[in-house]
Amino acid sequence: MTSTLTKRVAAGLFAAVALMGAGAAQAEGGALHPRNVNFSFEGPFGTFDQGQLQRGYRVYEQVCSACHSMNLMAYRMLGQEGGPFYDEHHEAARNPYVAAIAAQIEVPDTDTETGEPITRPATPADHFRAPFPNATAAAFANGGAAPPDLSVITKARHGGAEYVYSILTGYRDAPDGLRINPGQHYNPYMNGDMSPFWEGDEHHVPPGGFIAMAPPLVAGAVTYDDGTEPTVDQMAQDVAAFLAWAGDMHQVERKRTGFAVLIYLLLFGIITWFSYKKIWRDVGH
Amino acid sequence: MSDHESTYVPKTGIEKWLDERLPIIRFGADYMALPTPRNLNYWWTFGAILTLCLVVQIATGIVLAMHYTPNTELAFDSVERIMRDVPGGWLIRYVHANGASMFFIAVYIHMFRGLYYGSYKQPREMIWILGCVIFFLLIATAFLGYVLPWGQMSYWGAEVITNLIGAIPVIGEPILIWLRGGPAIDNATLNRFFSLHYLLPFAIAGVVFLHLWALHQVGQSNPVGILMPKDSRSKDYLPFHPYFTVKDGFAIILFLMLFAVFVFYNPNALGHADNYIEANPLQTPAHIVPEWYMLPFYAILRAIPDKFGGVVAMFAAIGVLFILPWLDTSRVRSMRYRPTMKKLFVIFVVVCLGLGWCGAQLPDANVIPGIGGGFTLFDGDINTYLWLTRVLTAYYFLFFLVLMPWVGLKETPLAVPASISEPVLTGETEQKG
Ligand code: HEC
Ligand code: HEM
Repeated sequence: MTSTLTKRVAAGLFAAVALMGAGAAQAEGGALHPRNVNFSFEGPFGTFDQGQLQRGYRVYEQVCSACHSMNLMAYRMLGQEGGPFYDEHHEAARNPYVAAIAAQIEVPDTDTETGEPITRPATPADHFRAPFPNATAAAFANGGAAPPDLSVITKARHGGAEYVYSILTGYRDAPDGLRINPGQHYNPYMNGDMSPFWEGDEHHVPPGGFIAMAPPLVAGAVTYDDGTEPTVDQMAQDVAAFLAWAGDMHQVERKRTGFAVLIYLLLFGIITWFSYKKIWRDVGH
Repeated sequence: MSDHESTYVPKTGIEKWLDERLPIIRFGADYMALPTPRNLNYWWTFGAILTLCLVVQIATGIVLAMHYTPNTELAFDSVERIMRDVPGGWLIRYVHANGASMFFIAVYIHMFRGLYYGSYKQPREMIWILGCVIFFLLIATAFLGYVLPWGQMSYWGAEVITNLIGAIPVIGEPILIWLRGGPAIDNATLNRFFSLHYLLPFAIAGVVFLHLWALHQVGQSNPVGILMPKDSRSKDYLPFHPYFTVKDGFAIILFLMLFAVFVFYNPNALGHADNYIEANPLQTPAHIVPEWYMLPFYAILRAIPDKFGGVVAMFAAIGVLFILPWLDTSRVRSMRYRPTMKKLFVIFVVVCLGLGWCGAQLPDANVIPGIGGGFTLFDGDINTYLWLTRVLTAYYFLFFLVLMPWVGLKETPLAVPASISEPVLTGETEQKG
């Protein structure tokens, strides 16, 4: 009996590992593997550090939002449970910090009387202001490459937050022998194939690819209220954590629910196993 | 078995009244008392697991459909909105997306079980064929569903797969346009895919009903593979309830634990990151790959140098399953008693996993990196996934079309016990196989 059981479990595990392998196999490319960061939200029990989310939002707002939209985000979400400005005394839509943040931003609207296009201060219900009216304008302003929307960027790239962090901190001077087109920058963490641009040894093509984004962070680009030193590394970690939260904002709740579900299934499973033993006790099989 | 005597006795007046008009309680009671071969092992629990999978997909799917918008401009955002703003929406969507994968894990195990224990053989041909119909509909449903979130892989997967139809000579092109609702994949395509994705699971439920009806007509097979005695009071049977309800229940709990690990801790591990990029018809992804459960068939498709030939091979890989009952010439059902076939079966399972692996690789990539280009055979280097896939594809078809008929005639099976109680009661309690 137990032997079938172990076999079944083994088969399940084998299938799972094979699937993960197949997934990982799709990830390959000429880029360096993202650098490891010990983010607080990793692992089955990880949670977000609210201070870090606040700093990360500030980096997004003051630096990245000049080029990148986050169309799936509304200001009210910042005050939602688990969000950067969550305050248990206020409902998300009435959170005063969030209202103040939104009020500083002008969003486009239509005048309700004249029908003319106007701008007005945002409310928590508004979606994040987009820097460009459409993708064509975004591409035109950035030398032909539209900056991608960052709402789900950590789910849309292998490596998630660590990938974003690695891109932001990974810019290097191009090695000698690599031709770089104007408006492009070398980044070993970006996907791509450098061989057409490489004049050196064909067995040592540099890893990575070109990215049209100039290194967006310089030390001190933002000031942090909590006294944290705004180094490039710190800002990159903070904004990556913020993007990881924004891309999958219910993840802490999800893992917590999962723990309860697994405990429940475990107990239920044990009870069922003993009923099974009892029912089958006198039956040869 | 359908001819076992009904033991249901209506007790109250209402039950008697109903029993004469619509004997639905009797139907349920008889199901619970169904004489079941006592030696069924855990590989037989996947039927119950699959029923659960179907119910879960339909239940979560109906809720998703309340919030989903089948429009190319809105579909991607509407799925993300489900995840952000709909209460519990993240759970529903992750259960549905991972549920499709769990469904396929279960269906593949269920099918390998049938193959190993000869469940497709006389008198269960109809059960097997209906199962193959379900499998085919399941592939279609999952393909249609994967298009709905309108990510890059949704769009480009649909592009690649519908293009295959276009490879059919003469009639391909008109069918392609008819299917897409226009010359390109667009809003019309998304709308009809949504409509069909909603419809097909109910068609599957209908075929499942027929599948179970046929099952109850002839009775379940069993690991020993012998025909069961006609007398339903025989020692070889146990009533379905409580013996198998508790066994299936235990298996379902283990399965749900695996399911939960994916949904709650790795909800995107089985998906492709590119599907979180909204579909863009002007930008082809570097590497288009279908969902993992389609990979073996995708590999077979690419193994054939000719596009139409590839389409034929891919459909033949599923089609051959339908005629399996007539390809196997052995009179012994269970491979427990067929030592040669058992080895060939193990190879077959490895080959199927290998095909899945190959389906995720670039055909030109080296299987063994480092040794570089070796010897070129026809159109490709032999140290590439292209040739590995071809070898595996050859075995896949060889297994069904040559080994099944031939080994059945040649091999000498081991002695098969005359009844289930015999090996059971003589103490051979360990489940072999
Ligand atoms: C001056 C405009 C500009 C600013 C400011 C900017 N970006 Fe970008 N970003 C771009 C452009 C343009 C691209 C597209 C690059 C390409 O496709 O080659 C891009 C691409 C990206 C990518 C995607 C890389 C990939 O894998 O395709 C990420 C992630 C990213 N930016 C993050 C950020 C973050 C985080 C910030 C703020 C710290 C930021 N960007 C600030 C212009 C900008
Ligand atoms: C056999 C059962 C079913 C299977 C195998 C299946 C499979 C799938 C798959 C693979 C997806 C894509 C998931 C993703 O990556 O986002 C999907 C999406 C979807 N399905 Fe199903 N499905 C089934 C039944 C149903 C039913 C019965 C309904 C409706 C009543 C439904 C409604 C939807 C909707 C609205 C979506 C889009 C939302 C989303 O992508 O998450 N499904 N389905």
